[in-house]
Amino acid sequence: MSGAMNLLIGLAMGFSLVALASSRLPSVIRAAALQGMVLGMLPLLLEEKFHWLVVAVAIGTITVKGFIIPNLLRRALRAANIDREVEPLLGFVPSLLLGAAAIIGAAALGSELPLRPEHAKTLLVPGAFATVVCGFILLMARAKAISQVCGYLILENGIYLFGLLLINSTPLLVEAGILLDLTVAVFVIGIIVDRIQREFDTLDTRKLTSLRE
Amino acid sequence: MIAAADILLRLAAWLLVAPLLPGIINKVKAWVAGRRGPPVLQLYFDLAKLWRKGTVLSTAASPAHVIGPAAAWVALIGAALLLPVGPAGASLSFRGDALLFVYLLAFARFCIALAALDTGSAFEGMGVAREVSYAVLSEAALITALLTLCVQSDSVSLATMLAPSAGTGAALLAAGLFGVLLAENCRVPFDDPNTHLELTMIHEVMVLDHSGPTLAAILHGAALKLLLFAVLLAEAVLPLGKLTLPQAAGALIAAVFAVAVAVGLVESLLARLAFRRVPLLLTTAFLLCLFALLVAWKGGKP
Repeated sequence: MSGAMNLLIGLAMGFSLVALASSRLPSVIRAAALQGMVLGMLPLLLEEKFHWLVVAVAIGTITVKGFIIPNLLRRALRAANIDREVEPLLGFVPSLLLGAAAIIGAAALGSELPLRPEHAKTLLVPGAFATVVCGFILLMARAKAISQVCGYLILENGIYLFGLLLINSTPLLVEAGILLDLTVAVFVIGIIVDRIQREFDTLDTRKLTSLRE
Repeated sequence: MIAAADILLRLAAWLLVAPLLPGIINKVKAWVAGRRGPPVLQLYFDLAKLWRKGTVLSTAASPAHVIGPAAAWVALIGAALLLPVGPAGASLSFRGDALLFVYLLAFARFCIALAALDTGSAFEGMGVAREVSYAVLSEAALITALLTLCVQSDSVSLATMLAPSAGTGAALLAAGLFGVLLAENCRVPFDDPNTHLELTMIHEVMVLDHSGPTLAAILHGAALKLLLFAVLLAEAVLPLGKLTLPQAAGALIAAVFAVAVAVGLVESLLARLAFRRVPLLLTTAFLLCLFALLVAWKGGKP
């Protein structure tokens, strides 16, 4: 059981590196979506006995993170008619190396922390740390709004992984609420992206820092 | 006496089998493209033809121009003798031979680069600069892969390192080593062995001014290096030490053949990368090996 879970978390960490290394917006979106889907399967492995609510949350997470949010982002991409090149503020190789360093650091940190015995064998905590840091790197190191949204999604995936530690004590309603929030946020960002594009003829968020009348 | 005969037999096997691999790759490429392609033994014919031809030397060339390829060829043969061949083991094995293996490969590259620089052509200098700058990254990946095997098996001798499989990180290690194989042997996403477009050549640039027997030594050395990496990849991933002798021999031959077919398929289905994207792919190969190391270090032992 923990072998399959570690494999999934490892895959998710791999997807955050793919998002850091890819130079096209659609592939960044795809990496974030695949990561969300992979993590969405985790609750099924965590619960020992079959429970319909857990299945519902897993299906909901996979649908929202794997299909609805990426489609919203792709639509924003099409509507704003922007070119698909990611503009890195920090090059691809340095950001990839930073992401790898985050994963190694998280693995080292995870083995130092006083975790509960059932969590110590799994990659849950290192995976969560690494995914959060990779999300932050993507947020900071890219200039376009869409890739920053993907960074935000990856960051949220990391927080979701942390949340899985408490799966037995958090009501599943909280999970559903978070998912709804996320969808609305991405929906709003899709509209904002369109506005930014119309106002500035670019999606470069660096333009937003200078105030104008 | 028996030891000498054993070494000679292995040497003959390495030297004779090596030129088969580029033939298989070319056949796969031809098959994917719907052509008949050159015969599988084409490289043997080419080598025989080149061996009979004379050498044309540039007036600027010093003896290093001829000695370089010969020394590189000998270094690659030395590396081949260090590498264990599945169940038969290595002919030379001692503690720390993995380090010598890496250094022999680096020495071979140095000799080829030196011979290329020796022609005095600025163009070949450019090719050397490209080759060596990619080598920095691919050697890092190769060393990390060997380090993974070291940690996995608690030894620094190639024969014991390669006997078990790479364990849980085997898939990562296989992907990383395959990337290193493609980069080190100048295969498609990194370099195009068929290109004659001056702007995009890497390895081909360095051998432009060589002719006759020295070119034969370089071509045969390149084929030997390809076989070397294919065998290394197969042995790192497959648990050959646990199989019986005929099974292991069969598995090794099948794996090397599979690697050749995979290289051919990659070459027919992928376009080569732009220069500025190559370091990213090499870094990816390095990271794959690094994560395999992490898995071997943290998760491999109970």
